[in-house]
Amino acid sequence: MVDQSAVGRRFTPVTAHVEAGRLRYFLDTLGETNPVYRDTAAAKAEGFAAPPIPPTYLFCLEMLDNEKPFEFLEALEIDLGRVLHGEQSFTYHAPVMVGDSLTFSPQVTSVTDKKGGAMTLIGVETTVTNQHGVHVADTTRTIVVRNG
Amino acid sequence: MTETMDMTTSPAVGDRIVHERFPAINRHRLALYCGASGDHNPIHVDIDFAKASGFPDVFTHGMLVMGYLGQALSDAVPPNRIRSFSTRFAAITQLGAEITCEGQVTELIEAGGERRARLALTARDQTGEIKLAGEAIVALS
Repeated sequence: MVDQSAVGRRFTPVTAHVEAGRLRYFLDTLGETNPVYRDTAAAKAEGFAAPPIPPTYLFCLEMLDNEKPFEFLEALEIDLGRVLHGEQSFTYHAPVMVGDSLTFSPQVTSVTDKKGGAMTLIGVETTVTNQHGVHVADTTRTIVVRNG
Repeated sequence: MTETMDMTTSPAVGDRIVHERFPAINRHRLALYCGASGDHNPIHVDIDFAKASGFPDVFTHGMLVMGYLGQALSDAVPPNRIRSFSTRFAAITQLGAEITCEGQVTELIEAGGERRARLALTARDQTGEIKLAGEAIVALS
């Protein structure tokens, strides 16, 4: 079972590329047709130099370009089949657009037992910077581990 | 678009500025999302794995539903005005769920040198059960 010793652990930073084709696959999957995400002219009309990413796509980028997308679960010996997503948040500091390269640096920030140890909540905070060193976003997620 | 712009540049507390409904989620959608999102956890696409993990069937990625909620949000508020977006995954979203996303203004605030609104967001299935409950902070100009 994961314990407090996990708090503060950092995992391998991931560099991810915002590619137009891969982004289109995501948009098509969701049925997202807003031209701002697909068309450079529409993006420019809304103040972006290139199409921006939709609000949740940072979460995807971190997994898409990760050689070991479940590294943190493996390192903490957590079975993938016992994991649920509890909470997710994004704070946006600067635009992220097609053509950007982002670096994700995750860290475990909390471990909390619930229901007498039947569940463990693990908080992970990730800072995201772009190819110019600009801190573009912070994300936090809470993973629920079913221990039963 | 002009009407929604007006709604989102000078809203009042209580205004419902986000409202969008999405088609029923089927297995095909989960397979596409698995590939498109990079979340290859088999629990969402492989029924054998899901059953071995104690679930009766595969179930929806929470982030797919958050994707819908984000889409409803950015259809109402241009993406360059979204400052933060968060949700709690309140219940597992089952196959066949028809998700309705809504967002209501709960507070008008000043922060970061601009006027902002706090929105309470929900994603419910066709029975009305809340699957995601969250909030967004958006700039008003």
